[in-house]
Amino acid sequence: MPEQKHIADTDIQQIIGWILRLGVIISMGVVFVGGCVYLYRHGYETVHYGEFVGIPGFVHSASGIWHGIITFRGRAIIQAGIILLIATPVIRILFSAIGFVLEKDWLYTGITLLVLFIIVASALTGHAG
Amino acid sequence: MTVTEITLIILAGSYLAGLIGSLTGLGGGVVIIPLLTLLLNVNIHYAIGASLISVIATSSGSAAAYVKEGITNIRLGMFLEIATTIGAMIGAVLALYMQTSVIAIIFGLILIFSAVMSLKKKKEHLAEQKSMWAQKLKLNGTYPANNTMVAYNVANVGGGFFMMLFAGVISGLLGIGSGALKVVAMDGIMRIPFKVSTTTSNFMIGVTAAASAVVYLQRGYIDPGLSMPVVIGVLLGALTGSKILVHTSSSQWVRWVFAVIVTFLAGQMIYNGFNHKI
Repeated sequence: MPEQKHIADTDIQQIIGWILRLGVIISMGVVFVGGCVYLYRHGYETVHYGEFVGIPGFVHSASGIWHGIITFRGRAIIQAGIILLIATPVIRILFSAIGFVLEKDWLYTGITLLVLFIIVASALTGHAG
Repeated sequence: MTVTEITLIILAGSYLAGLIGSLTGLGGGVVIIPLLTLLLNVNIHYAIGASLISVIATSSGSAAAYVKEGITNIRLGMFLEIATTIGAMIGAVLALYMQTSVIAIIFGLILIFSAVMSLKKKKEHLAEQKSMWAQKLKLNGTYPANNTMVAYNVANVGGGFFMMLFAGVISGLLGIGSGALKVVAMDGIMRIPFKVSTTTSNFMIGVTAAASAVVYLQRGYIDPGLSMPVVIGVLLGALTGSKILVHTSSSQWVRWVFAVIVTFLAGQMIYNGFNHKI
């Protein structure tokens, strides 16, 4: 008889499924609220996306987005929702790692942390390069 | 065009893209990018950014259900994500230096390939041969089918891993999930049952897309005004699609219609690419 485990693969599955769903619901809610504010404030202005100039400065940095949320700017709220959405699969990886630690599956704890490391490296080099 | 007009057009187009995408299993990204670039004259960098965000939303949303049912092979997904995230990072960096017309041509070719893949007959197979690596990495698994658990083996781990690296590069370069390439790796090379390979592919897409999205976010490719209608539209469309899918037995004609549309769009992208109009 195998020894009784405190946490099994099925528990990890439930937790991961729950995180993914919650992440999508919350971020979509934030994007929707931001979208309403943006349309209310800028709905009648014209936009051009033909030429690539990058995004406005106030939604480009963490401090800018934070300031934008406080001053109730639509695009800053949307961008916060989008960042939450990008974070959802990353948080999923983090919880998988915790799950594998509790299962004492060291091989997959390592693999999971490696994936997490690649994404963090991707974020850092994207900024520096 | 005013902000309200363009938002409503993109919302409607994205809804259709998400609806058809979920019915055919191709994902919405393949329609979003031609819609934005060809029809609305949006710069392909912004289009890629917005598409990538919609890919994360739909894959996370549907993966949640498959993971809970235990169809997804989490260990296999985690292992192959090493390859796709490295690939996605390389692809996102390449996209910064590659000419937009070249990106458009590659996109067109991948579109045609995805359309052909969606028409292929799906066959369930169970790998007979035992792979040493699959055993070492604990990749072999079981999945529920007709109230019983079916066991399966994973073959050719190295080949599948290499193919995933390529899928990741394409995903990062073009801002799509490249689900078709991921299924080739798992279904064609690693000989995994179709149900497991599609759901595991879906599970991985969110992480692959997040790896390149962090680069695009810092480069200013992800415009909130553009991403907002795309992500909401695609997600609602995909939700409707999955509801329809439960009630219909055959979606073969939808696949054909979609394959024709996608091939036409691919031709447009390639033509414009060669003429440097994108």
